[in-house]
Amino acid sequence: MTPKILLPFAGVLAVLGLFYLGLQVDSRELPSPLIDRPAPAFELQSLTEPDRTLTEQDFIGEVALVNVFASWCSSCWAEHSNLVELERRGITIHGLNYRDERPAALRYLRRGGNPYTHIAFDPRGDAGMEWGVYATPETFLLDANGRIRHKHVGPLDAQVIREEFLPRIEQLTAEAAS
Amino acid sequence: MIGSTGFIPKSLVTVLALVWLAAVPMAQAIPLGTPLEFDSQEQREQYNKLVRELRCTVCQSETLHESQAALAGDMRRRIYDMTRSGASGDEVVDFLVQRYGDYVRYRPPLQANTLLLWGSPFLALMAGGVIWWRVVRRRRALLSDEALSDADRDALERFRRGE
Amino acid sequence: MWPELGNFALILALCLAGLQAIIPLVGAQLGHDRLMHAGRSLAMGQLVFLALAYAALTLAFLGNDFSVAYVAQNSNETLPVVYKFTAVWGGHEGSLLLWVFLLACWTVAVAVFSKSLPKEVLARVLAVLGMVGVGFMAFTILTSNPFDRLIPAPPDGSDLNPLLQDPGMIIHPPLLYMGYVGMAVVFAFAIAALIGGRLDAAWARWSRPWTTVAWAFLTLGIGLGSWWAYYELGWGGWWFWDPVENASFLPWLTATALLHSLAVSEKRGGFKVWTLMLAILTFALTILGAFLVRSGVITSVHAFATDPDRGTFILGMLAVTLVGSLSLYAWRAPKVGLGGGFGWFSRESLLLGNNVLLVVACAAVFIGTIYPMALDALNLGKISVGPPYFDAVFMPLMLPLLFLVGVAPSLPWKQGDPMQAVYRLRWPFAIAVVLGAAWPLTVGAWNPLTALALMLVAWILITTGVDIVRRLGRRQGLGARLRGLRPSFLGMHMAHAGLALVAMAIAMVNTYEDERDVRLEAGETATVGGYDFTLLDVDRIRGPNYDATQAEVRVTRDGKMVDTLYPQLRHYDSQPEMPMQQAALNRGLTRDIYVSMGQHVGGGAWTMRLYYKPYMFWMWIGGLLMAFGGFLAAADRRYRLARDRSAVSEQQVRADQPRDFQEAQG
Repeated sequence: MTPKILLPFAGVLAVLGLFYLGLQVDSRELPSPLIDRPAPAFELQSLTEPDRTLTEQDFIGEVALVNVFASWCSSCWAEHSNLVELERRGITIHGLNYRDERPAALRYLRRGGNPYTHIAFDPRGDAGMEWGVYATPETFLLDANGRIRHKHVGPLDAQVIREEFLPRIEQLTAEAAS
Repeated sequence: MIGSTGFIPKSLVTVLALVWLAAVPMAQAIPLGTPLEFDSQEQREQYNKLVRELRCTVCQSETLHESQAALAGDMRRRIYDMTRSGASGDEVVDFLVQRYGDYVRYRPPLQANTLLLWGSPFLALMAGGVIWWRVVRRRRALLSDEALSDADRDALERFRRGE
Repeated sequence: MWPELGNFALILALCLAGLQAIIPLVGAQLGHDRLMHAGRSLAMGQLVFLALAYAALTLAFLGNDFSVAYVAQNSNETLPVVYKFTAVWGGHEGSLLLWVFLLACWTVAVAVFSKSLPKEVLARVLAVLGMVGVGFMAFTILTSNPFDRLIPAPPDGSDLNPLLQDPGMIIHPPLLYMGYVGMAVVFAFAIAALIGGRLDAAWARWSRPWTTVAWAFLTLGIGLGSWWAYYELGWGGWWFWDPVENASFLPWLTATALLHSLAVSEKRGGFKVWTLMLAILTFALTILGAFLVRSGVITSVHAFATDPDRGTFILGMLAVTLVGSLSLYAWRAPKVGLGGGFGWFSRESLLLGNNVLLVVACAAVFIGTIYPMALDALNLGKISVGPPYFDAVFMPLMLPLLFLVGVAPSLPWKQGDPMQAVYRLRWPFAIAVVLGAAWPLTVGAWNPLTALALMLVAWILITTGVDIVRRLGRRQGLGARLRGLRPSFLGMHMAHAGLALVAMAIAMVNTYEDERDVRLEAGETATVGGYDFTLLDVDRIRGPNYDATQAEVRVTRDGKMVDTLYPQLRHYDSQPEMPMQQAALNRGLTRDIYVSMGQHVGGGAWTMRLYYKPYMFWMWIGGLLMAFGGFLAAADRRYRLARDRSAVSEQQVRADQPRDFQEAQG
């Protein structure tokens, strides 16, 4: 009789434990299936040089960040100075200007500085969809071979940079060098 | 434009290339409620089914069919363009799953981490059936050595009702 | 001043609930009359203080006291007065206050209307309700106090969520909470029975009307929620299998199972252990619902703003409830007798089948609802489970259930004769098959699944009619005949017929609804489902707290005028960037016509979504019939005829009445 009575208790405790774990996770974060896949292809105008066509190949070659931003996105503005700082420390950052208007985006860069090496202009979100972008800002980390190794959704604050990005960048740079 | 097809199978890329030469794709995201033209009834049905089974990933819980979000409009356009260029429903779903993960599917695929999800209703029903059978078997055995007759029971029932 | 008074009253009510949880229980154990009777006065006191707290919050809304954080978040100067009353439960904190207030109302109702209960039983029931009250009031005060001040006070509040500014929302939450809280009463009866060790047919008889009433409220609440979603969300949908909807549907499923299992417990003394389990499970599921809606584990359009502390607190309550009652159950349940025997084809066996199907359905919905969260918590991936899943697993379980509804009510207890039943039901079955097969043709193309569902609908309606006529036939004179129908019998058939109508509406609307997105300029016409929709004009109008664009759409059929509809696109002053669709409907017996406005697409053109929804009307009629069937059944005289036992101890009740016959053998 005893094991039969213990069964519902075990079930209840398992479900409650699950709920407790469920409380701890952030249910808004969406893992990207593109991790460890090559950077998705695109073909877009450059934001700064409209005559120039950029493809994913322009983002590939060294360990780099790809930052999805827009002038209408307030959390992008919040992280912008951190991007400028990262660029000053010698980290390559490419931009994907997502569902934006060119004059507004250029104004945004004049105001905040331009940390980006190349900026692809994606007014219709075409490349955004290829990259699985769903909420700006998003930041991808590419290795030297152009594979996506990490993705962060939301602004890059100091903690995210320190814990999620710097160690990985260091490691990938070391890999690329060897 | 062609370059943006990313992970679509090679054969499809050619198809898309040809179609895009002929038909101009919708320039903008498809806002909620925009009437759409299709080449065939099958295409219309496929589109209607897909937008009701795919989730808007930025919304809390809305299908693409109901969502006002900009991203949902982009996704609707992509589904529309692919459907009109002859992609099958599975191809469209695969396209989105490759970029956004299984989260976009309101109909979860049958795979390792959903075995329990799809299997448990059937297991529960089988368990229920077994329980039904065992309970009934036990109660049938009681039937033969019932101490009270039906007349006794009626009398008792009247008594308890206070009649 | 008022908010502080309200806060104080709430705290006092919590203290009273604490006393109520202990004193009557001690009294019942010691056989001390005055301690037992204290339960009633404490319940009354609790109601008075909660009413005061509730009034204080309402006054804060009416007086635009934006120094109260909750008022500032959920109201503003221009909010129409009627919505100031309903805004009290428009957010998380206030809705909890409504919850505990309704709990106090139920508790007092139990104290007043349970004269037939022996005093120990009543004392224990009130004590358990006191414990539930302590849990929810502590939750309110500690994590979600609606009286918290906001300093400095803003000059104006934000607004009540525009979606909630709607007549349907005025009564939906109170009805739903009446149902939830009623399940606490059912739970209290079960726990009282376990504590007292008294689990006979009398216990089932006492708790049955309460269960039925709570179930009827829950049915009304869910039905109204669905009705509200149908016309207010503007998507034409009425059930989305959204986690929040599922949260209310799960306890409804087990409560429905409980109703049927209680019938066996009362009439035949059987399934008592199982009935207790269902009562506990149903109450636990109402708490689980609160957890899902209020903790943020699941994202949904309908969920309240969330906070992990609240989640942890509710989880704690759930743990205490489940572990506590299961321990009690493990201790007491094995001593309960089995009840009478029955054959494989009897009313008991089919009611057991009903229970199996409902509980399996509940398990399926439960798993689908929590599965994404579970996977996420265990880091096994992120998936969505939506309508395609629920339709696939839920609907097949309902078809055999609908079939059983046609068979079981006319079957004898204990042992039925299958051949005789087949003989008796052959014509209803044949007619149902013919009707079900022909019915879809009146609406559109024939579809086998729809035909099957409609067959089952016809099957229930016909067998229900036949059974009522059979009952009527035994007496002379129409008056005497009608009096011969017991309310509980009629109520049951009413609820079953209501279920059939809901099933009919679902089958029809899922198969034959027509929906089109169109682009219309003034004077242009579009056709959906045989109806012509002509856009006449688009106007700007000003509501009390919103600007709206209103279209005038004339609906005709074969040139004959049907109606003029006025769908709106509202921009509330509080959230001008979030337009709200206000759909316009023309309801009819065989179809609804539904127009919702899209957006301006240049020039005089607008996009619109036009719907033709066959038989939608019957969904609401069916829901109402189910609920009123419940109320009717609960009003049966046999629940009220019992003697006044409020001064009688349960030992005396045991002595002056032969113990339940099944207990005697068990």
